[in-house]
Amino acid sequence: MIPTIAATALGRRYRDQVALDNISLALEPGTVTGLLGRNGAGKTTLMRIITGQEFPTTGDIRVFGEKPAENDAVLRRMIFVREEQSYPDLRVEAAIRVASWFYPNWDDQLATQLLADFSIPRRRRIKKLSRGMRSAVGIVIGLAARAELTLFDEPYAGLDPVARQVFYDRLLGEIAEFPRTVLLSTHLVDEVADLLEHIVMLDQGRVVLDAPADDIRGKAVTVKGQASVVDEFVAGRAVWHRQRLGGRAAVTVPGPFDDLAQARARAMHLSLEPLSLQQLLVHASGISEQEKVSA
Amino acid sequence: MSGLAEGTPLFVQIAEQIADDVVDGVLAEGARVPSTNELAAFYRINPATAAKGINVLVEDAVLEKRRGIGMFVADGAREQLRAIRRKKFAEQYLDPMLAEARRLGIDSDTLVTLIRGSSFHNGGDTA
Repeated sequence: MIPTIAATALGRRYRDQVALDNISLALEPGTVTGLLGRNGAGKTTLMRIITGQEFPTTGDIRVFGEKPAENDAVLRRMIFVREEQSYPDLRVEAAIRVASWFYPNWDDQLATQLLADFSIPRRRRIKKLSRGMRSAVGIVIGLAARAELTLFDEPYAGLDPVARQVFYDRLLGEIAEFPRTVLLSTHLVDEVADLLEHIVMLDQGRVVLDAPADDIRGKAVTVKGQASVVDEFVAGRAVWHRQRLGGRAAVTVPGPFDDLAQARARAMHLSLEPLSLQQLLVHASGISEQEKVSA
Repeated sequence: MSGLAEGTPLFVQIAEQIADDVVDGVLAEGARVPSTNELAAFYRINPATAAKGINVLVEDAVLEKRRGIGMFVADGAREQLRAIRRKKFAEQYLDPMLAEARRLGIDSDTLVTLIRGSSFHNGGDTA
C-alpha cells in the first residue's frame, strides 16, 4: 500500500533558521493522525509542504505517491483548513459554493447540515462573522469536501467547547462513514486524544515521537507514595521527573508496567497514575528535567 | 470520555466493557453487539480503535461475525468469561484487600466476620 503521505529526510530552512530538520514520515491511508508540538515546532511548515504551498529545501515529499506542488491531480484529492483562514469578501453560502466547485467528492447536503449544526448564518458576509464562526466555516468546508486527505491546522480559533464537541462528533461520524486520511494539528491535546490513531510530535523541527496512540497510553506513569518505597519501586528505570513533599514522593518513569509490577505496587501501597497524552508531550519537550524539591 | 480510564489502551477498555456486559447478561448470548461506528460515536473514539476492541473479543471467541448482518455474542461466551475472571479473582480483588487488612491490623477471623456480616454477602441491597 502506498502511504498517503511519505516524507523522506525533509528539511526546510529560512535564511539561517531551520524550520524542519530531517523529517521522515509515512502516514497510512484511512488513519487519523495528530500532529502535535509547541508553537514554532514546524507543524504548519510541514502541512504547507504536504499541500504543495511550499517547497522543501532538502529531501522528498510524496502525497498519493506523487509530488504535490503544482500537481492538480493530487491537490484536488486533499483539503487544507488553516488556522485563521482568510476568505475573499463573500457571503457564507457563496464561499461554500466556490469550495464545492473544487472538490470532486463535495457533499452539499452535508455542508448544509454542518452550517446548521454550527448555527452559521448562510447569508452573512464572512468578514462580519465572529472569529469562532469563521473557524466553523473552515471546518464545514473541510468536512463537506470529503477529500481523501484532510488537513486541519489548529482549525478552531475562537470556537467554544460546545462547538468543538460538534466538530469532534461530526469528524468521527464522517470518518466512520467515508474513511479518509486526516492530519490534525492542535494544542488541545487531551480533548482529541481518543480520536487519534497515530501521533506525530515535532519539536524544534524534528520528529520526537511517531507512534500509534495505543502505544503511547500508559507509556509513562507517575508513582506516588512513601519516598523510600517509591525509590525502591522505580529502581532501574529512567526517572523523568521527581517531586517530593515531606516523606512522600511522586516520580515519573517510563512504562510499561505488567500485571506483576502493578500487583507489587498495590502491595507496597503505591499509586500508579498514567500520564495523559498532554503530560507526555510536556515531558517529551524536555521541559521538566529539573528536580523539584519542597520539604 | 464516557468513563474510559487513562492508561489502558482504548481498544482493551472497549473489549473489557463489552465483556462486562456479556458477564452481566446485559448482552445475552446470540444478541447483536453495537457496530464499530456505534461504539465510536458513543465513546467518542476513533472507529479503528473500536474495531480493534471488537477483534480482541472475536479472537477470544466471545463474539462471532455473521457476514453481512453484524457481530453477535457467541454461545457459551458468558460462562467462558466468568471462568477466566474467577481465575483472576484472587489476584485482582483478594490480594489488595488482604494487603490493606494487614496494614490496618485486621486478622483473617475478623475479615471472615466482616464478610459474613456484609449486607452484600446476605444478598441485600447492592446499590
